[in-house]
Amino acid sequence: MIALIFRRFGFAAFTIAFVSVVMFAAVEALPGNVCTSFLQRFAQGPRLERCIEQQGLDRPALVRYGEWVAGAAKGDFGYSLKKRKPINELIWERFRNTALLGGIAALLAIPLAIFLGIVAGVRRDRPADLTLSSAAMLAMTIPEFVTATALIYIFAVTLQWFPAVTIVSPGASLAQMLPNIVLPVIVLSAVLVAHIMRMMRASVIDVMASDYVQMARLKGVPERQIIRKHVVPNAMIPALNVIALTIAWLLAGVVVVEKVFNYPGLGTLMIQAIYDRDLPMVQAIALIFSVIYVGVNLLADLAALALDPRLRRKGH
Amino acid sequence: MLKLLKTIVSRPSGAIGLGLTVFHILMALCAPWIAPFDPTAQNADAILIAPSAQHWMGTDTLGRDVFSRVLHGGRLAIAVTFSAAVLATLWGGFAGIFFGTVGGRVDEYSMRIVDAFLSMPWLLFLLLIISIGGAGPVTIIPTLGFFYGVAVLRVIRGAAMQVAARDFVTAAKARGEALWPILSREMFPNLSDILLVEGAMRWSWMLLAFSSLSFLGFGATPPTPDWGLMVAQERGLLSTAPWGVFWPCVALSSLIIGINLLADAVGKALGLDRATAIAV
Repeated sequence: MIALIFRRFGFAAFTIAFVSVVMFAAVEALPGNVCTSFLQRFAQGPRLERCIEQQGLDRPALVRYGEWVAGAAKGDFGYSLKKRKPINELIWERFRNTALLGGIAALLAIPLAIFLGIVAGVRRDRPADLTLSSAAMLAMTIPEFVTATALIYIFAVTLQWFPAVTIVSPGASLAQMLPNIVLPVIVLSAVLVAHIMRMMRASVIDVMASDYVQMARLKGVPERQIIRKHVVPNAMIPALNVIALTIAWLLAGVVVVEKVFNYPGLGTLMIQAIYDRDLPMVQAIALIFSVIYVGVNLLADLAALALDPRLRRKGH
Repeated sequence: MLKLLKTIVSRPSGAIGLGLTVFHILMALCAPWIAPFDPTAQNADAILIAPSAQHWMGTDTLGRDVFSRVLHGGRLAIAVTFSAAVLATLWGGFAGIFFGTVGGRVDEYSMRIVDAFLSMPWLLFLLLIISIGGAGPVTIIPTLGFFYGVAVLRVIRGAAMQVAARDFVTAAKARGEALWPILSREMFPNLSDILLVEGAMRWSWMLLAFSSLSFLGFGATPPTPDWGLMVAQERGLLSTAPWGVFWPCVALSSLIIGINLLADAVGKALGLDRATAIAV
């Protein structure tokens, strides 16, 4: 058991190391370097020299990679080229805002999706299921920026219930943020609910066809009790993995949704950094997102281990 | 082939999917002949005109005809994502069949790397690569193809392992067949159906990704007519001129839904159940 947990941690650590190497290597592989790509046609003379000195580009790549990783582990991500400040000073408030948005979306979406998935799975191919499944298909296929634009048109432009874009000064309190996150949270939750619901539905249908559910039925156990005691707990385990995988989508979707609503989170900061060709900033945010993602996957793995005794047996 | 088509159309969702997909591809192909105006021609005298007999979908902030732009708006997206989907299916399919057949150490270690690739948020990677290599099809096609190919690889490898365990593959191995004939004559014909459906499904997700990139400003470049880019450009005037945003949204969403429904219907017609395979 403990060995298994260690293996999961080991894989998570391997993944993060792998991701950081690929990210660093990708930037190293570009023609020129961080400074020339930032300064473009001004990349010459004293400006270039100052930038190279500040970023420490005169040292070998391996040394710089080591420093980058060691710094990141301590929360020090280097120096932003555009903002001329240490990156960690710039990201923490943005990080809080993104965590607030993503956290609320996940907290709303996961229980709702599990409930709807059970309903759809139990009422397979009946009107309730067909309605839910079609709605999920639409939520998954319509791009987030389209959904967001439609919501803005209805609730911000026409009804004027919520602001169309986020207008808060830096350092705003949580209470000031709340009216601004209603629409982004709805957009993010819709897609999350759709993905998790579909998996939960498939998983419920799978379990409903199993021998032990048939057996319980034959024994005359009431259907409600079968669903509560046998179907739901067993259907949860495969759904856990999908919950973790949809977090990956959540992280990517957050970038688009933040941009639509001009929300001051990590996503908009990253997009701005790409416009500015501020590579140290882009790398830092990509690394933070990856670490969160791997962490969520690890949690899902550990939760599956806790829920499913079969996974703890040898040979798995 | 004709029988397959009949089975697809027999379900309403399949018929809708096929109809939307064919409609959009025809529109994209014939756009230059159908469009009443040049999609990039600006007209200072016709800025933000509401839909009328002359401009069916109105005009945008630069006086360009929205109908002509919507007709042309899918061409780049379809071309880029279709190439990327073919690339993803080819490399993911080949590698998946290879690892599923070979098995053992090679397979185990490679899957660790595949898992590591699957457990990184690929859009962020794409953004990182774009910030290095610049936006545009040259960067986007290989990157989309590579990352979506990894997911194809995972699914096909799982299916290939099941095929590899069957008697005719064991027989071929016992006959002393070389690896390549086994891959191409025993494995591939039994996996081509899954590969086709998988590729089509990835295509619809790639369209979603590419249009999001265009929306963010990293896909199509102005003045190219592109649905995602059109939404981004005309979004500021949502309250006064919603037509500039509405029609590209409808066109884009209906194409993605169409391909998705079609892929699903093809899967069902071929007897594949994708319900449990949506995870990766």
